[in-house]
Amino acid sequence: MKNEEYRNVWVFSEVKEVALELLSLGRQLADSLGVELGALALGNGAEAQASEYIAYGADRVYVGQHPALSRFSVEPYTDLIAGLAGQHRPEVLLIGATKRGKELAPRVATRLGTGCAADCISLTIEGESRALQVERVVYSGNALAMLTYRNRPQVATIPPGIFQRREREENRPGEIILAELPIREPRTRVREVREKEKGSVNIEAAEVVVSCGRGLNHPEDIQLIRELAELLGAEVGCSRPIAADLQWLSEDHWVGLSRHKVRPKLYIACGISGQIQHIAGIRDARIVLAINQDDAAPIFQSADYGIVGDLYQVIPALKEAYQRIVKRES
Amino acid sequence: MPEMIVCFKEVVDERELKVNPKTQELMTEGITRKISDFDLNAIEEAIRIKEMHGGRATGVIVGLPECKPSIKKALSMGLDRACLLSDPAFAGSDTLTVAAILAAAIRKLGPFDMILCGEASTDGFSAQLGPSLAERLDLPQITAASQVTIEGNQVVAERSLDDGIEVVEASFPVLLSVTKEINKPRLATLKQILAASKKEVLEWKAADLGLSTDAVGLQGSPIVLKRVAAFRMERKNIRLEGTLAEAAERAIRELLREGVL
Repeated sequence: MKNEEYRNVWVFSEVKEVALELLSLGRQLADSLGVELGALALGNGAEAQASEYIAYGADRVYVGQHPALSRFSVEPYTDLIAGLAGQHRPEVLLIGATKRGKELAPRVATRLGTGCAADCISLTIEGESRALQVERVVYSGNALAMLTYRNRPQVATIPPGIFQRREREENRPGEIILAELPIREPRTRVREVREKEKGSVNIEAAEVVVSCGRGLNHPEDIQLIRELAELLGAEVGCSRPIAADLQWLSEDHWVGLSRHKVRPKLYIACGISGQIQHIAGIRDARIVLAINQDDAAPIFQSADYGIVGDLYQVIPALKEAYQRIVKRES
Repeated sequence: MPEMIVCFKEVVDERELKVNPKTQELMTEGITRKISDFDLNAIEEAIRIKEMHGGRATGVIVGLPECKPSIKKALSMGLDRACLLSDPAFAGSDTLTVAAILAAAIRKLGPFDMILCGEASTDGFSAQLGPSLAERLDLPQITAASQVTIEGNQVVAERSLDDGIEVVEASFPVLLSVTKEINKPRLATLKQILAASKKEVLEWKAADLGLSTDAVGLQGSPIVLKRVAAFRMERKNIRLEGTLAEAAERAIRELLREGVL
Protein backbone atom coordinates (compact mmCIF):
# COMPACT_ATOMS: atom_id res chain seq x y z
CA MET A 1 0.00 0.00 0.00
CA LYS A 2 1.40 3.38 -0.96
CA ASN A 3 1.64 6.19 1.57
CA GLU A 4 -0.67 8.37 -0.56
CA GLU A 5 -3.46 5.88 -0.07
CA TYR A 6 -3.65 6.75 3.62
CA ARG A 7 -5.73 9.74 4.64
CA ASN A 8 -7.06 11.45 7.80
CA VAL A 9 -5.91 11.81 11.37
CA TRP A 10 -7.25 9.57 14.14
CA VAL A 11 -7.05 9.87 17.90
CA PHE A 12 -7.67 7.45 20.75
CA SER A 13 -7.35 7.45 24.50
CA GLU A 14 -9.15 5.28 27.01
CA VAL A 15 -9.14 8.32 29.33
CA LYS A 16 -11.69 10.89 28.20
CA GLU A 17 -9.73 13.97 29.33
CA VAL A 18 -6.69 12.79 27.40
CA ALA A 19 -8.81 12.06 24.34
CA LEU A 20 -10.02 15.68 24.40
CA GLU A 21 -6.42 16.93 24.47
CA LEU A 22 -5.58 14.68 21.52
CA LEU A 23 -8.60 15.97 19.62
CA SER A 24 -7.21 19.47 19.89
CA LEU A 25 -3.80 18.37 18.59
CA GLY A 26 -5.41 16.10 16.00
CA ARG A 27 -7.57 18.99 14.75
CA GLN A 28 -4.48 21.13 14.12
CA LEU A 29 -2.73 18.32 12.25
CA ALA A 30 -5.84 17.43 10.24
CA ASP A 31 -6.34 21.08 9.27
CA SER A 32 -2.76 21.47 8.15
CA LEU A 33 -3.10 18.28 6.08
CA GLY A 34 -6.55 19.34 4.83
CA VAL A 35 -8.15 16.07 5.97
CA GLU A 36 -10.79 14.83 8.42
CA LEU A 37 -10.28 14.15 12.10
CA GLY A 38 -11.49 10.78 13.31
CA ALA A 39 -11.75 9.53 16.89
CA LEU A 40 -12.29 6.13 18.44
CA ALA A 41 -14.67 5.67 21.37
CA LEU A 42 -14.57 2.18 22.85
CA GLY A 43 -16.25 0.43 25.74
CA ASN A 44 -19.06 1.37 28.07
CA GLY A 45 -20.68 4.71 27.35
CA ALA A 46 -18.86 5.00 24.05
CA GLU A 47 -21.86 6.46 22.27
CA ALA A 48 -22.27 9.34 24.71
CA GLN A 49 -18.53 9.95 24.44
CA ALA A 50 -18.79 10.04 20.66
CA SER A 51 -21.02 13.14 20.66
CA GLU A 52 -18.63 14.81 23.10
CA TYR A 53 -15.72 14.04 20.79
CA ILE A 54 -17.57 15.70 17.92
CA ALA A 55 -18.19 18.78 20.06
CA TYR A 56 -14.44 18.89 20.74
CA GLY A 57 -13.34 18.68 17.13
CA ALA A 58 -13.88 15.20 15.64
CA ASP A 59 -15.54 14.90 12.21
CA ARG A 60 -16.16 11.19 12.56
CA VAL A 61 -16.23 8.87 15.56
CA TYR A 62 -15.96 5.10 15.38
CA VAL A 63 -17.80 3.47 18.27
CA GLY A 64 -16.96 -0.01 19.53
CA GLN A 65 -19.23 -1.59 22.13
CA HIS A 66 -18.30 -5.27 22.24
CA PRO A 67 -18.50 -6.74 25.80
CA ALA A 68 -14.75 -7.53 25.63
CA LEU A 69 -14.14 -3.77 25.33
CA SER A 70 -16.05 -2.80 28.48
CA ARG A 71 -12.82 -2.42 30.46
CA PHE A 72 -9.47 -1.73 28.90
CA SER A 73 -7.55 -4.82 27.91
CA VAL A 74 -4.74 -4.56 25.43
CA GLU A 75 -5.59 -7.53 23.21
CA PRO A 76 -9.21 -6.77 22.25
CA TYR A 77 -8.37 -3.06 22.00
CA THR A 78 -5.55 -3.90 19.60
CA ASP A 79 -7.91 -6.10 17.58
CA LEU A 80 -10.41 -3.30 17.17
CA ILE A 81 -8.08 -0.36 16.62
CA ALA A 82 -5.69 -2.16 14.27
CA GLY A 83 -8.69 -3.70 12.49
CA LEU A 84 -10.34 -0.32 11.93
CA ALA A 85 -7.09 1.36 10.94
CA GLY A 86 -6.43 -1.46 8.48
CA GLN A 87 -9.84 -0.87 6.90
CA HIS A 88 -9.92 2.92 6.83
CA ARG A 89 -6.20 3.67 6.56
CA PRO A 90 -5.61 6.87 8.55
CA GLU A 91 -2.26 8.52 7.84
CA VAL A 92 -1.78 9.57 11.48
CA LEU A 93 -2.89 7.69 14.61
CA LEU A 94 -2.41 9.50 17.93
CA ILE A 95 -2.77 7.53 21.16
CA GLY A 96 -2.67 8.97 24.70
CA ALA A 97 0.55 7.96 26.47
CA THR A 98 -1.06 6.66 29.64
CA LYS A 99 0.45 3.38 30.86
CA ARG A 100 -2.38 1.59 29.07
CA GLY A 101 -2.00 3.65 25.91
CA LYS A 102 1.71 2.90 25.91
CA GLU A 103 1.14 -0.86 26.00
CA LEU A 104 -1.45 -0.55 23.24
CA ALA A 105 0.27 1.67 20.65
CA PRO A 106 3.32 -0.55 19.93
CA ARG A 107 1.05 -3.60 19.51
CA VAL A 108 -1.22 -1.73 17.11
CA ALA A 109 1.75 -0.38 15.14
CA THR A 110 3.42 -3.79 14.99
CA ARG A 111 0.25 -5.43 13.74
CA LEU A 112 -0.09 -2.74 11.08
CA GLY A 113 3.56 -3.14 10.09
CA THR A 114 4.32 0.49 10.77
CA GLY A 115 6.35 2.63 13.17
CA CYS A 116 5.46 4.17 16.50
CA ALA A 117 7.10 7.06 18.34
CA ALA A 118 6.46 7.24 22.08
CA ASP A 119 5.84 10.27 24.30
CA CYS A 120 5.93 12.89 21.58
CA ILE A 121 5.89 16.45 22.88
CA SER A 122 5.91 18.24 19.54
CA LEU A 123 4.25 17.12 16.31
CA THR A 124 4.29 18.92 12.98
CA ILE A 125 3.58 18.11 9.37
CA GLU A 126 6.46 18.42 6.94
CA GLY A 127 5.04 20.37 4.02
CA GLU A 128 5.78 18.47 0.84
CA SER A 129 6.00 14.89 2.03
CA ARG A 130 2.98 15.28 4.36
CA ALA A 131 5.07 13.24 6.79
CA LEU A 132 4.59 13.63 10.52
CA GLN A 133 7.64 14.92 12.28
CA VAL A 134 7.82 14.43 16.04
CA GLU A 135 10.08 15.32 18.93
CA ARG A 136 10.59 13.24 22.04
CA VAL A 137 12.80 13.46 25.08
CA VAL A 138 15.55 10.86 25.28
CA TYR A 139 18.58 10.09 27.48
CA SER A 140 16.77 10.81 30.74
CA GLY A 141 15.78 14.30 29.72
CA ASN A 142 19.18 15.31 28.36
CA ALA A 143 18.31 15.34 24.70
CA LEU A 144 15.54 15.81 22.25
CA ALA A 145 15.24 13.39 19.33
CA MET A 146 13.56 14.39 16.12
CA LEU A 147 11.94 11.51 14.26
CA THR A 148 9.90 10.98 11.17
CA TYR A 149 8.14 8.05 9.50
CA ARG A 150 8.60 5.99 6.37
CA ASN A 151 5.33 4.06 6.58
CA ARG A 152 1.68 4.77 7.27
CA PRO A 153 -0.19 5.03 9.53
CA GLN A 154 2.20 7.16 11.54
CA VAL A 155 1.55 6.11 15.13
CA ALA A 156 2.52 8.39 18.01
CA THR A 157 1.76 8.41 21.72
CA ILE A 158 1.26 11.77 23.43
CA PRO A 159 1.74 12.31 27.18
CA PRO A 160 -1.28 13.68 29.04
CA GLY A 161 -1.16 17.38 29.86
CA ILE A 162 0.96 18.54 26.91
CA PHE A 163 -1.85 19.92 24.75
CA GLN A 164 -4.85 21.98 25.83
CA ARG A 165 -8.33 20.86 24.88
CA ARG A 166 -10.32 23.15 22.58
CA GLU A 167 -13.46 25.05 23.45
CA ARG A 168 -16.52 22.83 23.35
CA GLU A 169 -18.64 23.62 20.26
CA GLU A 170 -22.37 22.85 20.54
CA ASN A 171 -24.03 21.47 17.40
CA ARG A 172 -20.78 20.80 15.60
CA PRO A 173 -21.57 18.44 12.71
CA GLY A 174 -20.05 14.97 12.78
CA GLU A 175 -20.77 11.39 11.98
CA ILE A 176 -20.96 8.44 14.38
CA ILE A 177 -20.16 5.03 12.95
CA LEU A 178 -20.74 1.74 14.75
CA ALA A 179 -17.67 -0.44 14.36
CA GLU A 180 -18.33 -4.17 14.10
CA LEU A 181 -15.18 -6.21 13.93
CA PRO A 182 -14.08 -9.62 15.16
CA ILE A 183 -12.56 -9.29 18.61
CA ARG A 184 -10.85 -11.97 20.63
CA GLU A 185 -11.17 -12.37 24.38
CA PRO A 186 -8.05 -11.27 26.28
CA ARG A 187 -5.67 -13.98 27.46
CA THR A 188 -4.91 -12.06 30.67
CA ARG A 189 -7.47 -12.06 33.47
CA VAL A 190 -7.80 -9.32 36.06
CA ARG A 191 -7.93 -10.76 39.57
CA GLU A 192 -8.05 -7.59 41.54
CA VAL A 193 -7.77 -3.85 41.20
CA ARG A 194 -6.73 -1.67 44.10
CA GLU A 195 -5.79 1.90 44.64
CA LYS A 196 -2.19 2.85 45.07
CA GLU A 197 -1.32 3.69 48.63
CA LYS A 198 -1.14 7.40 48.81
CA GLY A 199 -2.08 10.43 50.77
CA SER A 200 -3.97 13.32 49.27
CA VAL A 201 -0.98 14.76 47.43
CA ASN A 202 -1.35 15.87 43.86
CA ILE A 203 2.14 17.13 43.33
CA GLU A 204 1.78 17.57 39.58
CA ALA A 205 -0.84 20.27 40.13
CA ALA A 206 1.03 22.10 42.91
CA GLU A 207 1.96 25.77 42.35
CA VAL A 208 4.87 25.62 44.76
CA VAL A 209 6.85 22.51 45.67
CA VAL A 210 9.40 22.19 48.48
CA SER A 211 11.36 19.05 47.79
CA CYS A 212 13.98 17.11 49.71
CA GLY A 213 16.69 14.57 48.93
CA ARG A 214 19.60 12.72 50.47
CA GLY A 215 20.71 15.86 52.26
CA LEU A 216 18.18 14.96 54.97
CA ASN A 217 19.68 12.91 57.78
CA HIS A 218 16.67 11.41 59.52
CA PRO A 219 13.08 10.64 58.56
CA GLU A 220 11.78 12.96 61.28
CA ASP A 221 13.63 15.86 59.64
CA ILE A 222 10.99 15.87 56.91
CA GLN A 223 9.13 18.01 59.45
CA LEU A 224 11.54 20.82 58.58
CA ILE A 225 10.55 20.54 54.92
CA ARG A 226 6.86 20.36 55.83
CA GLU A 227 7.11 23.54 57.89
CA LEU A 228 8.59 25.51 55.03
CA ALA A 229 6.03 24.03 52.64
CA GLU A 230 3.19 24.96 54.95
CA LEU A 231 4.45 28.51 55.32
CA LEU A 232 4.66 28.93 51.53
CA GLY A 233 1.44 27.06 50.76
CA ALA A 234 3.45 24.38 48.99
CA GLU A 235 3.32 20.61 48.53
CA VAL A 236 6.20 18.45 49.75
CA GLY A 237 8.17 16.63 47.08
CA CYS A 238 11.23 14.43 47.15
CA SER A 239 13.84 12.77 44.99
CA ARG A 240 14.00 9.05 44.29
CA PRO A 241 16.03 7.86 47.32
CA ILE A 242 13.58 9.39 49.81
CA ALA A 243 10.56 7.62 48.26
CA ALA A 244 12.06 4.47 46.76
CA ASP A 245 15.05 3.44 48.86
CA LEU A 246 14.40 5.01 52.26
CA GLN A 247 10.60 5.18 51.92
CA TRP A 248 10.39 8.22 54.18
CA LEU A 249 7.67 9.61 51.90
CA SER A 250 5.11 7.84 49.72
CA GLU A 251 5.55 7.60 45.97
CA ASP A 252 3.09 10.38 45.25
CA HIS A 253 5.74 12.81 46.55
CA TRP A 254 8.42 11.44 44.22
CA VAL A 255 9.48 13.92 41.56
CA GLY A 256 11.49 12.63 38.63
CA LEU A 257 11.57 11.05 35.24
CA SER A 258 10.00 7.77 36.29
CA ARG A 259 7.34 9.27 38.60
CA HIS A 260 5.82 12.71 38.79
CA LYS A 261 6.76 15.53 36.51
CA VAL A 262 5.90 18.81 38.15
CA ARG A 263 5.23 22.23 36.67
CA PRO A 264 5.04 24.63 39.61
CA LYS A 265 5.75 28.35 39.59
CA LEU A 266 8.44 27.67 42.17
CA TYR A 267 10.42 24.52 42.95
CA ILE A 268 12.67 24.56 46.00
CA ALA A 269 15.18 21.70 46.00
CA CYS A 270 16.62 21.09 49.48
CA GLY A 271 19.56 18.72 49.74
CA ILE A 272 18.93 17.25 46.29
CA SER A 273 22.09 16.56 44.32
CA GLY A 274 20.35 16.95 40.96
CA GLN A 275 20.69 13.64 39.13
CA ILE A 276 19.40 14.03 35.59
CA GLN A 277 16.44 11.77 36.28
CA HIS A 278 15.32 14.21 38.92
CA ILE A 279 16.00 17.22 36.69
CA ALA A 280 13.81 15.66 34.00
CA GLY A 281 10.91 15.87 36.47
CA ILE A 282 11.34 19.61 37.16
CA ARG A 283 12.00 20.79 33.63
CA ASP A 284 8.70 22.67 33.49
CA ALA A 285 9.12 24.52 36.79
CA ARG A 286 9.19 28.26 36.20
CA ILE A 287 11.75 29.09 38.87
CA VAL A 288 14.04 26.68 40.70
CA LEU A 289 15.75 27.54 43.99
CA ALA A 290 18.40 25.05 45.07
CA ILE A 291 19.88 24.62 48.52
CA ASN A 292 22.83 22.30 48.84
CA GLN A 293 25.91 21.98 50.98
CA ASP A 294 28.01 20.84 48.06
CA ASP A 295 29.09 23.78 45.96
CA ALA A 296 29.64 21.43 42.98
CA ALA A 297 26.25 19.66 43.14
CA PRO A 298 24.76 19.47 39.64
CA ILE A 299 21.44 20.83 40.93
CA PHE A 300 22.94 24.34 40.82
CA GLN A 301 23.30 24.13 37.03
CA SER A 302 19.58 23.50 36.79
CA ALA A 303 18.60 26.22 39.24
CA ASP A 304 17.76 29.89 38.83
CA TYR A 305 18.85 30.71 42.35
CA GLY A 306 21.24 28.76 44.51
CA ILE A 307 22.28 28.91 48.14
CA VAL A 308 25.32 26.91 49.14
CA GLY A 309 24.78 25.84 52.72
CA ASP A 310 23.48 23.33 55.20
CA LEU A 311 19.74 22.94 54.69
CA TYR A 312 19.31 22.57 58.46
CA GLN A 313 20.39 26.20 58.72
CA VAL A 314 19.19 27.60 55.41
CA ILE A 315 15.56 26.49 55.78
CA PRO A 316 15.04 28.20 59.16
CA ALA A 317 16.72 31.31 57.71
CA LEU A 318 14.34 31.24 54.73
CA LYS A 319 11.32 30.87 57.01
CA GLU A 320 12.50 33.74 59.14
CA ALA A 321 13.17 35.97 56.12
CA TYR A 322 9.80 35.14 54.55
CA GLN A 323 7.89 35.90 57.73
CA ARG A 324 9.76 39.14 58.28
CA ILE A 325 9.51 40.44 54.70
CA VAL A 326 5.98 39.35 53.89
CA LYS A 327 4.68 40.52 57.25
CA ARG A 328 6.36 43.90 57.00
CA GLU A 329 5.20 44.48 53.46
CA SER A 330 1.60 43.37 53.94
CA MET B 1 10.24 -25.53 35.65
CA PRO B 2 9.77 -22.48 33.48
CA GLU B 3 11.81 -21.95 30.35
CA MET B 4 12.60 -18.24 30.37
CA ILE B 5 13.92 -15.74 27.89
CA VAL B 6 15.28 -12.41 29.13
CA CYS B 7 15.69 -9.60 26.63
CA PHE B 8 18.24 -7.00 27.57
CA LYS B 9 20.08 -4.18 25.96
CA GLU B 10 23.18 -2.11 26.33
CA VAL B 11 22.91 1.66 26.67
CA VAL B 12 25.32 4.53 27.18
CA ASP B 13 25.74 5.55 30.79
CA GLU B 14 23.64 8.70 30.74
CA ARG B 15 25.72 10.27 33.50
CA GLU B 16 28.62 10.58 31.08
CA LEU B 17 26.75 12.20 28.20
CA LYS B 18 28.26 15.35 26.79
CA VAL B 19 27.14 17.93 24.30
CA ASN B 20 29.09 19.12 21.28
CA PRO B 21 29.23 22.86 21.99
CA LYS B 22 29.31 23.72 18.27
CA THR B 23 26.45 21.63 16.92
CA GLN B 24 24.49 21.16 20.16
CA GLU B 25 24.33 17.51 19.20
CA LEU B 26 24.73 14.86 21.83
CA MET B 27 28.03 12.99 21.79
CA THR B 28 27.40 9.35 22.61
CA GLU B 29 30.64 7.86 21.36
CA GLY B 30 33.40 6.77 23.68
CA ILE B 31 31.04 6.68 26.65
CA THR B 32 30.89 3.76 29.06
CA ARG B 33 28.12 1.35 28.16
CA LYS B 34 26.06 -0.62 30.64
CA ILE B 35 23.04 -2.90 30.78
CA SER B 36 19.93 -0.72 30.83
CA ASP B 37 18.68 -0.38 34.42
CA PHE B 38 15.25 -2.00 34.05
CA ASP B 39 16.77 -4.88 32.08
CA LEU B 40 18.91 -5.68 35.11
CA ASN B 41 15.66 -6.02 37.04
CA ALA B 42 14.35 -8.41 34.38
CA ILE B 43 17.53 -10.51 34.63
CA GLU B 44 17.30 -10.51 38.42
CA GLU B 45 13.64 -11.55 38.34
CA ALA B 46 14.36 -14.48 36.03
CA ILE B 47 17.13 -15.64 38.36
CA ARG B 48 14.83 -15.38 41.38
CA ILE B 49 12.16 -17.41 39.60
CA LYS B 50 14.79 -19.98 38.72
CA GLU B 51 15.92 -20.18 42.34
CA MET B 52 12.34 -20.88 43.46
CA HIS B 53 11.00 -23.02 40.64
CA GLY B 54 14.00 -24.25 38.68
CA GLY B 55 14.02 -23.98 34.92
CA ARG B 56 16.37 -22.17 32.63
CA ALA B 57 16.94 -18.52 31.69
CA THR B 58 18.46 -17.46 28.39
CA GLY B 59 19.49 -13.86 27.82
CA VAL B 60 18.99 -12.42 24.35
CA ILE B 61 20.60 -9.17 23.25
CA VAL B 62 20.76 -7.23 20.01
CA GLY B 63 24.05 -5.38 20.08
CA LEU B 64 27.53 -4.78 18.82
CA PRO B 65 30.21 -7.45 19.31
CA GLU B 66 31.64 -5.02 21.88
CA CYS B 67 28.75 -5.69 24.23
CA LYS B 68 30.33 -8.95 25.44
CA PRO B 69 31.22 -7.50 28.88
CA SER B 70 27.52 -6.84 29.43
CA ILE B 71 26.71 -10.40 28.37
CA LYS B 72 29.28 -11.67 30.82
CA LYS B 73 27.74 -9.55 33.55
CA ALA B 74 24.29 -11.02 32.88
CA LEU B 75 25.72 -14.55 32.91
CA SER B 76 27.60 -13.80 36.13
CA MET B 77 24.39 -12.70 37.78
CA GLY B 78 22.94 -16.14 37.00
CA LEU B 79 21.54 -16.46 33.48
CA ASP B 80 22.28 -19.92 32.08
CA ARG B 81 23.26 -18.91 28.59
CA ALA B 82 23.11 -15.95 26.26
CA CYS B 83 22.41 -15.26 22.65
CA LEU B 84 24.04 -12.30 20.92
CA LEU B 85 22.31 -11.02 17.81
CA SER B 86 24.86 -8.95 16.04
CA ASP B 87 25.10 -7.91 12.42
CA PRO B 88 26.22 -4.67 10.79
CA ALA B 89 22.84 -4.75 9.02
CA PHE B 90 21.07 -4.28 12.36
CA ALA B 91 22.58 -0.80 12.87
CA GLY B 92 19.97 1.93 13.07
CA SER B 93 17.02 -0.39 13.75
CA ASP B 94 14.10 1.31 15.48
CA THR B 95 12.51 -0.30 18.53
CA LEU B 96 9.86 -2.21 16.63
CA THR B 97 12.50 -3.58 14.27
CA VAL B 98 14.63 -4.69 17.23
CA ALA B 99 11.51 -6.51 18.43
CA ALA B 100 11.32 -8.26 15.05
CA ILE B 101 14.97 -9.36 15.33
CA LEU B 102 14.42 -10.64 18.88
CA ALA B 103 11.24 -12.43 17.82
CA ALA B 104 13.11 -14.28 15.08
CA ALA B 105 15.81 -15.36 17.53
CA ILE B 106 13.32 -16.43 20.20
CA ARG B 107 11.47 -18.57 17.66
CA LYS B 108 14.74 -20.20 16.71
CA LEU B 109 15.61 -20.87 20.36
CA GLY B 110 12.49 -23.02 20.67
CA PRO B 111 9.54 -23.33 23.06
CA PHE B 112 9.47 -21.10 26.15
CA ASP B 113 7.10 -20.22 28.99
CA MET B 114 7.99 -16.63 29.77
CA ILE B 115 9.74 -13.70 28.20
CA LEU B 116 10.96 -11.02 30.60
CA CYS B 117 12.16 -7.58 29.67
CA GLY B 118 12.58 -4.20 31.32
CA GLU B 119 9.58 -1.89 31.15
CA ALA B 120 11.65 0.73 29.33
CA SER B 121 15.27 1.45 28.52
CA THR B 122 17.19 4.27 30.15
CA ASP B 123 18.17 5.84 26.83
CA GLY B 124 15.00 5.92 24.74
CA PHE B 125 12.49 5.21 27.52
CA SER B 126 9.79 4.41 24.99
CA ALA B 127 8.52 1.19 26.68
CA GLN B 128 7.65 -0.22 23.26
CA LEU B 129 9.82 -3.28 23.02
CA GLY B 130 7.77 -5.60 25.25
CA PRO B 131 4.37 -4.99 23.65
CA SER B 132 5.80 -5.10 20.14
CA LEU B 133 7.59 -8.39 20.85
CA ALA B 134 4.42 -9.86 22.40
CA GLU B 135 2.50 -8.89 19.27
CA ARG B 136 5.14 -10.44 16.98
CA LEU B 137 5.01 -13.71 18.90
CA ASP B 138 1.23 -13.54 19.47
CA LEU B 139 1.56 -13.62 23.26
CA PRO B 140 -0.47 -12.08 26.07
CA GLN B 141 1.49 -9.31 27.77
CA ILE B 142 1.75 -8.01 31.31
CA THR B 143 3.56 -4.67 31.29
CA ALA B 144 4.80 -2.64 34.27
CA ALA B 145 4.93 -5.70 36.53
CA SER B 146 6.06 -4.71 40.02
CA GLN B 147 5.63 -8.18 41.53
CA VAL B 148 5.57 -11.59 39.86
CA THR B 149 4.51 -14.98 41.24
CA ILE B 150 4.46 -18.32 39.44
CA GLU B 151 1.51 -20.60 40.20
CA GLY B 152 1.86 -23.86 38.29
CA ASN B 153 1.77 -23.02 34.61
CA GLN B 154 0.52 -19.52 35.08
CA VAL B 155 1.94 -16.25 36.23
CA VAL B 156 0.28 -13.73 38.53
CA ALA B 157 1.61 -10.21 38.48
CA GLU B 158 0.91 -6.86 40.06
CA ARG B 159 0.95 -4.03 37.57
CA SER B 160 1.75 -0.52 38.59
CA LEU B 161 -0.58 1.65 36.51
CA ASP B 162 -1.30 5.39 36.53
CA ASP B 163 -4.43 5.08 38.62
CA GLY B 164 -3.79 2.03 40.74
CA ILE B 165 -2.53 -1.51 41.07
CA GLU B 166 -3.97 -4.22 38.87
CA VAL B 167 -3.39 -7.88 39.72
CA VAL B 168 -3.54 -9.99 36.56
CA GLU B 169 -2.92 -13.60 35.66
CA ALA B 170 -2.06 -15.34 32.41
CA SER B 171 -1.15 -18.86 31.43
CA PHE B 172 2.21 -19.67 29.84
CA PRO B 173 3.52 -18.58 27.42
CA VAL B 174 3.43 -14.90 28.36
CA LEU B 175 5.56 -11.77 28.09
CA LEU B 176 6.25 -9.61 31.13
CA SER B 177 7.89 -6.21 31.33
CA VAL B 178 9.12 -5.31 34.81
CA THR B 179 9.54 -2.05 36.70
CA LYS B 180 12.57 -0.92 38.63
CA GLU B 181 10.74 -1.49 41.91
CA ILE B 182 10.27 -5.23 41.39
CA ASN B 183 13.62 -6.20 42.94
CA LYS B 184 17.17 -5.14 43.62
CA PRO B 185 19.57 -6.62 41.07
CA ARG B 186 22.34 -8.63 42.71
CA LEU B 187 26.07 -8.17 42.33
CA ALA B 188 27.84 -11.28 41.13
CA THR B 189 30.43 -12.94 43.36
CA LEU B 190 33.94 -13.59 42.10
CA LYS B 191 33.11 -17.29 41.82
CA GLN B 192 30.08 -16.51 39.67
CA ILE B 193 32.11 -14.20 37.46
CA LEU B 194 34.67 -16.94 36.87
CA ALA B 195 31.95 -19.52 36.18
CA ALA B 196 30.29 -17.19 33.66
CA SER B 197 33.18 -17.59 31.22
CA LYS B 198 32.22 -21.23 30.79
CA LYS B 199 28.59 -20.53 29.92
CA GLU B 200 27.32 -20.84 26.39
CA VAL B 201 27.01 -17.72 24.22
CA LEU B 202 25.27 -18.24 20.87
CA GLU B 203 26.01 -15.69 18.16
CA TRP B 204 23.58 -15.18 15.32
CA LYS B 205 23.54 -12.85 12.36
CA ALA B 206 20.61 -11.72 10.19
CA ALA B 207 21.05 -14.69 7.84
CA ASP B 208 20.97 -17.16 10.77
CA LEU B 209 17.59 -15.72 11.70
CA GLY B 210 16.23 -15.82 8.17
CA LEU B 211 15.98 -12.04 8.14
CA SER B 212 16.53 -10.11 4.95
CA THR B 213 18.99 -7.26 5.49
CA ASP B 214 16.49 -4.92 3.79
CA ALA B 215 13.96 -5.61 6.53
CA VAL B 216 16.22 -4.52 9.39
CA GLY B 217 18.51 -1.64 10.32
CA LEU B 218 18.27 1.87 9.03
CA GLN B 219 16.69 0.96 5.70
CA GLY B 220 14.18 -1.48 7.16
CA SER B 221 12.91 0.65 10.04
CA PRO B 222 9.66 2.59 9.72
CA ILE B 223 10.96 5.30 12.07
CA VAL B 224 13.74 7.57 10.84
CA LEU B 225 15.89 9.33 13.41
CA LYS B 226 16.70 12.75 12.00
CA ARG B 227 18.60 14.38 14.80
CA VAL B 228 19.40 14.21 18.48
CA ALA B 229 20.04 17.59 20.03
CA ALA B 230 20.93 18.52 23.56
CA PHE B 231 17.89 19.51 25.59
CA ARG B 232 19.03 22.47 27.58
CA MET B 233 17.16 24.01 30.40
CA GLU B 234 17.48 27.77 30.42
CA ARG B 235 18.15 28.72 34.02
CA LYS B 236 19.57 31.88 35.53
CA ASN B 237 22.20 30.14 37.68
CA ILE B 238 22.45 32.97 40.20
CA ARG B 239 24.30 32.13 43.42
CA LEU B 240 23.01 33.99 46.44
CA GLU B 241 26.10 34.82 48.46
CA GLY B 242 26.71 36.34 51.88
CA THR B 243 25.80 35.11 55.33
CA LEU B 244 22.95 32.61 55.50
CA ALA B 245 20.58 35.32 56.72
CA GLU B 246 21.56 37.59 53.82
CA ALA B 247 21.27 34.82 51.25
CA ALA B 248 17.89 33.78 52.62
CA GLU B 249 16.61 37.34 52.56
CA ARG B 250 17.79 37.83 48.98
CA ALA B 251 16.19 34.56 47.96
CA ILE B 252 12.80 35.57 49.34
CA ARG B 253 13.03 39.03 47.74
CA GLU B 254 13.97 37.58 44.34
CA LEU B 255 11.15 35.02 44.50
CA LEU B 256 8.63 37.72 45.42
CA ARG B 257 9.92 39.87 42.58
CA GLU B 258 9.58 36.94 40.17
CA GLY B 259 5.97 36.64 41.31
CA VAL B 260 6.32 32.99 42.29
CA LEU B 261 5.65 33.40 46.01
